Parts: sequence; structure tokens; C-alpha cells
Amino acid sequence: MTDTFTPLTRFAVPGRIAVSHRAAAEWQTATLTEVRRETPHASTFRFAVPAWAGHLPGQHLMLRLTAEDGYTAQRHYSIASAPDDAGHIELTLDHVEGGEVSGWFHTVAKPGDEVEVRGPLSGFFAWPGDRPALLIGAGSGVVPLMSMVRHHRARGLDVPLRLLVSARSPEELIYAREFGAETTPVFTRSAPEGVAVGRMAAAHVAPLLAEPPPGGWEAYVCGSNAFAEHASRLLVAAGQPVERIRIERFG
Amino acid sequence: MNVTRGFTGRPRVHHPGLPPGQYDAGDDWPVLSAEVTPDLAPADWTFRVDGLVERPHTWDWDEAHALPETAYEGDIHCVTSWSKFGVRFGGVSLDAFFHVVRPHVSATHAVAYSHTGYTTNLPLSDLTGGRAWIAFTYEGEPLAPEHGGPARLLVPHLYFWKSAKWIAGIRLLDHDEPGFWEQNGYHARGNPWEEQRYSGD
Repeated sequence: MTDTFTPLTRFAVPGRIAVSHRAAAEWQTATLTEVRRETPHASTFRFAVPAWAGHLPGQHLMLRLTAEDGYTAQRHYSIASAPDDAGHIELTLDHVEGGEVSGWFHTVAKPGDEVEVRGPLSGFFAWPGDRPALLIGAGSGVVPLMSMVRHHRARGLDVPLRLLVSARSPEELIYAREFGAETTPVFTRSAPEGVAVGRMAAAHVAPLLAEPPPGGWEAYVCGSNAFAEHASRLLVAAGQPVERIRIERFG
Repeated sequence: MNVTRGFTGRPRVHHPGLPPGQYDAGDDWPVLSAEVTPDLAPADWTFRVDGLVERPHTWDWDEAHALPETAYEGDIHCVTSWSKFGVRFGGVSLDAFFHVVRPHVSATHAVAYSHTGYTTNLPLSDLTGGRAWIAFTYEGEPLAPEHGGPARLLVPHLYFWKSAKWIAGIRLLDHDEPGFWEQNGYHARGNPWEEQRYSGD
């Protein structure tokens, strides 16, 4: 007797794309070419990865540093850049207190340094630009969402895309200079004159879901677990179907 | 070996329980589920074992708690590189559930599925012999919803994505069927001691 399993409920959504197993299996050298300060605690690191297989917005990679005694540290990082076929990728990293990898990047790394990466990984949080996207992020959770915004812009896509991004203050808002009309920032501690201060709320989310685009939104939520829980509850309360909410939690 | 200029890393702590490429998360317990945390009360929770078994069965909360309670005390390992030492889960061994349903000899693999629809595949041999549990408590307290409460699968000798949160059932099969992450590029088995993170490892 052969039985196949059919998932019984809604979340059993597949990934958005097929994943290249070969690309994910091989470590490649990535050469740091540029460092750009984004906020007091976050910088963007640009790498040349000549054999990069390409990625879709929202995917991540694994990055590995190796010490002289062979000790290694590896972390998952979201890719910030849009796919551009130029053999370059960008990561935006917070300087995590006591972080051995982010600490190296923020205090030691300089152009010319080499690290290792494998990827891109996971097709679940990927956005090929094929359907309306409602993006909600907080802090460095905006990084994979920015890859989507940049892709949307670079390709001149006309599929609707909106970004709600939460930051403590304007100074802490990563990519502040790049945002356009698609983006609504929410400031939790301090805001420019005339802009409200407070947590992301139903008032931010509900209007977007009250008038969804044809076919509805695919929602992508990224940030800390606490933020992801909060934002996903706001989405569900506003009527977004759970099977169309994709979450990437930093941990 | 490609040494990274100027990288020293954390102080070396020799821990024989730390698989390759992992670090000790200490008191942190990161949450990495990709879906919305469900609002699932114990009274609404059920757990079914079916597929290649003599007697498919569905347990509710009270019935599952009537089975012999056992505990797991040890370590857990996440594919994102953190490990957590000396944790304690309370629950029921999967052997106790299988004893009721009686797997066919033809059963070789399983798909574990969640009340959210999340799935993960495992060889049946990784679920038997006192190595897998349905866990209800963590450090003596009810398992928190974000960590899979009220009940999750616990297979601590494999990467933790195999330990499906909000466990709803296990179906026994005579072949391997990739689950959610496995379809998204992750390894079919996920043994942390062999660093089976991604397909092809």
C-alpha cells in the first residue's frame, strides 16, 4: 500500500521558487569591495562573488568566518541587494553587542577582505515580483524587504508594492534616503516634527487591506520574533489570510 | 582553509556536546517559525497517527496525557547555528503512541504535520526507540505558543526544524516525502553531527 501525504491545512504553501541545490551546497569566496554606513548601528557591506548563481529578493545566505586555528563562525544573513547579474551582493548588518561575526564586520573588515558564503538559500520568503506585495519590517528586518523594493524599482514593475517599516527614530531608519512613495515609516521613540510616535498599529495596516489590489496581497513580515508576532496579528485582524503571510524571524 | 584576516572569534570553549558549526545560544531560545503562531487551546488540540498502521488513532489532550509521562533532558540544535544545552521537556514518548497504532512492517518513513499545515519528513527509525516525544512542557511550564505550545514534536538528535511545532499528526509511509523546509532546499534528514543542513550536504 502506498499512501501519499496531502497537508490538511492552509499554511502548507510551497516556496515561491525552486531552489538550486548546487548553489546552496558550495562555499564561495566573497571579496568585500565597499562599506557604507547606514545608521549609527548598521552598515552595508558590498561583496564581489564572481560565481554567484543569482538570487531572488527575500532570499538569504550563510556566511562563514574562519580564525587561524580553524575555528569557524557562520550566520544566516538576508541579502539586501536586488538581483543584478553583476556578480555582486550586499548585506546590511547591525552591530550586535558581543556579536563575533557582526563585531568583526563593524570593527575589523575593510575592502579587500575575503569571507565565504553559500547560497542563496530558501525559496519561502522569496518574492519574484509576480504578485502584489505588502512588506512589513522593523529594524534590520527591513533588509530582505529592501531587496524587493529595489527589485521592483530596478525592473520598473507595475505590480503593487507597499512597505511599512518600523524604526526607533529617523536616525535609526535603515535606507531612509532610498525610500519613496511606496514606504510608510513608523517611529517608536522619536519622530520628525509633526509625525506621530508609537508602535505599528491597526491604523497602519487596515487601510491597505481595506482596499487590496486584485488578487490580494502576499504579505512578507521580517524582524524580531516579538515584532513578527505583533505584525502578523495585525495582519490577521485586518483580514489577511494566514496562508498568505510569510514570516522571517531574526534569531 | 580560508582564514579571515583579523578574525579571532569567541573564546574557545571545548564542549563535546556542540556539533560542528554550532554555537552555544546560552539563555536565548530564538523563534524561527515561518508562519503565523496559531491560537490553539489545549482543548482544541488533537494528535493523530495514521498511514501504514494497524489501528489509526486520534488522541485529544486528556487522552494523550493519560499515557506514561517521560522527560527529555539534554541539548537541542538549530540549523541556523545555535545550540542550547541542558534543556528539559516533559511529554510522552512516541513509542507509547506507536504501541497503540501498531506500525506495519512496510512503514519506513513519516511525515509529521502541524495544526498550521507545516510538514517535515523523517525516517521512522528516528522516531522510535526512545528518541522522539510529543512535548507539552518546557522547564516544568506549559510550552509557550511561539515555541509550539500546547504540544510539539521533539526529535532532539536532529536539527530542530524536524521538531514540528503545534503537532497535529504523524503519517507513516513506505517512502520519503519532503516536507516544508525540505522542499525549500533543506536536508532530508538533518543530522547536526554530520552538518546535514542543506540538500547536498
